[in-house]
Amino acid sequence: MREVELAIIGGGSAGMAAARGAYENGVKDILIIERAKEYGGILEQCIHNGFGLHTFHEELSGPAYAEKYYGLIKDIPGIRFEYESAVMNIGDDNVLTVQNQEGYEKIKAKAVILSTGSRERSAGAIGLRGDRPQGVYTAGTAQQYLNKEGFLVGKRVFVLGSGDIGLIMARRMTLEGAEVVGVAELMPYSNGLARNIKQCLEDFDIPLYLSHTVKAIHGKKRLESISLIAVDENRKEIPGSEQIIPVDCLLLSVGLIPENELIEDLGIEMDGRTKGSVVDSNYMTTREGIFACGNALHVHDLVDYVSEEGYKCGRAAADYIHNGKETQEKNKSVLHKGISYMVPQYFYKGKDIEFMFRVTGIYKNAKIHVWGEGFDKHLPQLSLVPSEMVKIRLRKEDLEHVNGEIHWEVEE
Amino acid sequence: MYDVIIIGAGITGTLIAHSLSRYDLKVALLEKESDVAFGASGANSAIVHSGHDPKEGSLKAVYNLRGNRMYRDVCEDLKVAYRQIGAFVVATSEEEEEKLDTLIDNCIRRQIPYEVLSGDELRSREKNLSDDVTKGLSLPTTGIITPWEVCMAATEEFVMNGGDLCLETEVQAIEKKEDHFLVSTNRGTMEGKIVINCAGVYADKIAGMLGIHRYTITPRKGEYYILDHTGEKYVDTVIYPIPTVKGKGVLAVPTIHGNVLLGPTSDPMEDKDSVSTGDGLDAVSREIHKTMKNIPMNKIIHTFAGLRPVSDSGDFIIGEDEDVKDFIHVAGIQSPGLTSAPAIAEDIRDIVLGKLKPEKKKEFKRREAPVIMAYMSDEEKDELVKRDPDYGKLICRCEKISKGEIRDCIRRPAGARDVKGVKRRCRPGMGRCQGGFCEVEVVKILAEELGKDLNEISAAGGDSRILVAEAKEDL
Repeated sequence: MREVELAIIGGGSAGMAAARGAYENGVKDILIIERAKEYGGILEQCIHNGFGLHTFHEELSGPAYAEKYYGLIKDIPGIRFEYESAVMNIGDDNVLTVQNQEGYEKIKAKAVILSTGSRERSAGAIGLRGDRPQGVYTAGTAQQYLNKEGFLVGKRVFVLGSGDIGLIMARRMTLEGAEVVGVAELMPYSNGLARNIKQCLEDFDIPLYLSHTVKAIHGKKRLESISLIAVDENRKEIPGSEQIIPVDCLLLSVGLIPENELIEDLGIEMDGRTKGSVVDSNYMTTREGIFACGNALHVHDLVDYVSEEGYKCGRAAADYIHNGKETQEKNKSVLHKGISYMVPQYFYKGKDIEFMFRVTGIYKNAKIHVWGEGFDKHLPQLSLVPSEMVKIRLRKEDLEHVNGEIHWEVEE
Repeated sequence: MYDVIIIGAGITGTLIAHSLSRYDLKVALLEKESDVAFGASGANSAIVHSGHDPKEGSLKAVYNLRGNRMYRDVCEDLKVAYRQIGAFVVATSEEEEEKLDTLIDNCIRRQIPYEVLSGDELRSREKNLSDDVTKGLSLPTTGIITPWEVCMAATEEFVMNGGDLCLETEVQAIEKKEDHFLVSTNRGTMEGKIVINCAGVYADKIAGMLGIHRYTITPRKGEYYILDHTGEKYVDTVIYPIPTVKGKGVLAVPTIHGNVLLGPTSDPMEDKDSVSTGDGLDAVSREIHKTMKNIPMNKIIHTFAGLRPVSDSGDFIIGEDEDVKDFIHVAGIQSPGLTSAPAIAEDIRDIVLGKLKPEKKKEFKRREAPVIMAYMSDEEKDELVKRDPDYGKLICRCEKISKGEIRDCIRRPAGARDVKGVKRRCRPGMGRCQGGFCEVEVVKILAEELGKDLNEISAAGGDSRILVAEAKEDL
């Protein structure tokens, strides 16, 4: 059986960064197992720019960011890529079963990093109602058809969900000759980055219908129209507020779900809010030797943060390979008002820790209040919105006297 | 001149066509959609019922029982999956417990194996049964199948043995001549000595073309949720509530591939084509709580609706027409239609054999069992990939389907010609991402195999092309 020191599942932005982090921390035998023909993961279909502002101080397109990052690792002999290879299963002792065009093989690794990205929530999962015509796609699938194959999946488009992918595709389809007649968002605030609302909707005069949803879709073999309806403060449909909008295509941008198929049957603890695994400050899951980072851990907004997280995860996996697991007890974050989730869920003392989280609503001029044994911080934030991930660094000194838990809340 | 023209390629049409293809007969199987099993046969609970509940004296009772006893062999013969997982009919009140007695009487009379169990005993076997369940009936001869798989395998052998499959062929008029029928379709006219009406919700319309107005078929819609198959198994037995006049009720049904169906509702419709979902799903959500608990609504990945063809008498209408000789009705095939179909096909075959007295074919070609990697061991998979690398290229990661398997299902006789065809034959798109990642790859493989451009590939025939325009076409 083949043995490697570190196996990284997924060679997208998180996986490549993890490889670099592990290598720079002394691991010289790294295998990145990638199921596509190329590195880069989802970046390969994101031809819009906005990637790399933090990492490279440049605004790059997705593929360009991937290529540039790949450039940092491609000449390192200790980091190898295996393409068109899919990990089918993680067995005991971190033995991976890998399928590719050479056969089915087993690879044993000292540590495994899951950087498998996320998938889109589908029409079926949101119980989209109405007929069953062709013409409903998740925004990412439409993006794949357009950016990689050169085809439009519709000419008169409506978008459900103001997540970034939907906004980006609204602009994309318009630039390629489709008419995008509107974007509906269930919540009273948008789900995407502020700059995307401006650059994808406002700049193109595409109306954003907040507190609205698609009640039903209509059409026989092809989509013919949608029923747009307003919702109240409890997100219940307001009867009588329906309008029929003729379209031949509905794009869904209704959420991303971390892809954790490989570990779900292993009894690893999952976080019901992130839908990713529960990890400690070394990005290790509750199963020894298995780590997670990137969109597979929690859905990110910026690739730069993904790369940072991947890098830290790689470094930590290297520490584990050389020194084994942590001996100290772990501490946990307890969440209160306004905090939707926290990554990492657990942490160890003795180092600065960078926490990443999202808030549950829109807060202006609020503070993040974080406290524990021996410290109490009130950190002012300019604006807090659910669609923008927050990063807070707590110093080693802050955490020195913590006794099992720290607490977080939004303070207005 | 065809010996037999069968209208409708659902479960009865395809099984009848299959039985007839063993004989020296020229048979045409007509279907208005782009593939077989697009109607009720493609959207149902997929259960081979034990025969416990149809009314005594009905055709349904007779055919259900016969069909149930044939199914294991039928599936083995066609090389498709069949699992006898058993069922529980559960009561949640004293009143409902009394209704169980009627079912027990049916079982005794019909010699259907059964067992009476208490609520606690039932819950020890299925832990997600509602705490309100007081008593129930176990029906171990209940099975599950993948209905379109049966139709497709039957059609494959039909075509392999000389049958004419006419897809996207809609019957527009039928004329009775002296000793044959003239059937006019959107693709031309054909002649046949015998016409068999298996047209589902449209059976009355087809019969009406010959002036026969003996029955009306009212479509009754049933809506379903589908749960993903990952993680802990929610239920492993078919769970029926106590049946009512409307039907068997909202069920929890495991599928062959490990998913769970929740549904169906039962709502009469006017539109014979609408398979939209909406209010019915709300009813499913409410009703399922009667029999089940801990319902994992967050594992819902898909919803669908099917239209049952319900005759006004509520029973099957099977047999040669009284007035129009050689026109055979197979109508009103709602539950337990799927279960009854093999038995119905036998009887219809016998009518045809009695009339035409054909010779049996000396050689009957059998389909090859499809390669299904999900059922193979790692060693078998390794060997397979080394023989043919296309089996090593993973296309659908949710369901673990390879390029080789997809390619195979397009190349088979009566194989897939569109995305839905691939989906139903080997599952890409039935997993959690619902085709989000793999659909593009499936479209590319279809284009490659069929020698078409990407934008000629449709989702499900008709006007359902996926790629509507080239980028920048309109600029």
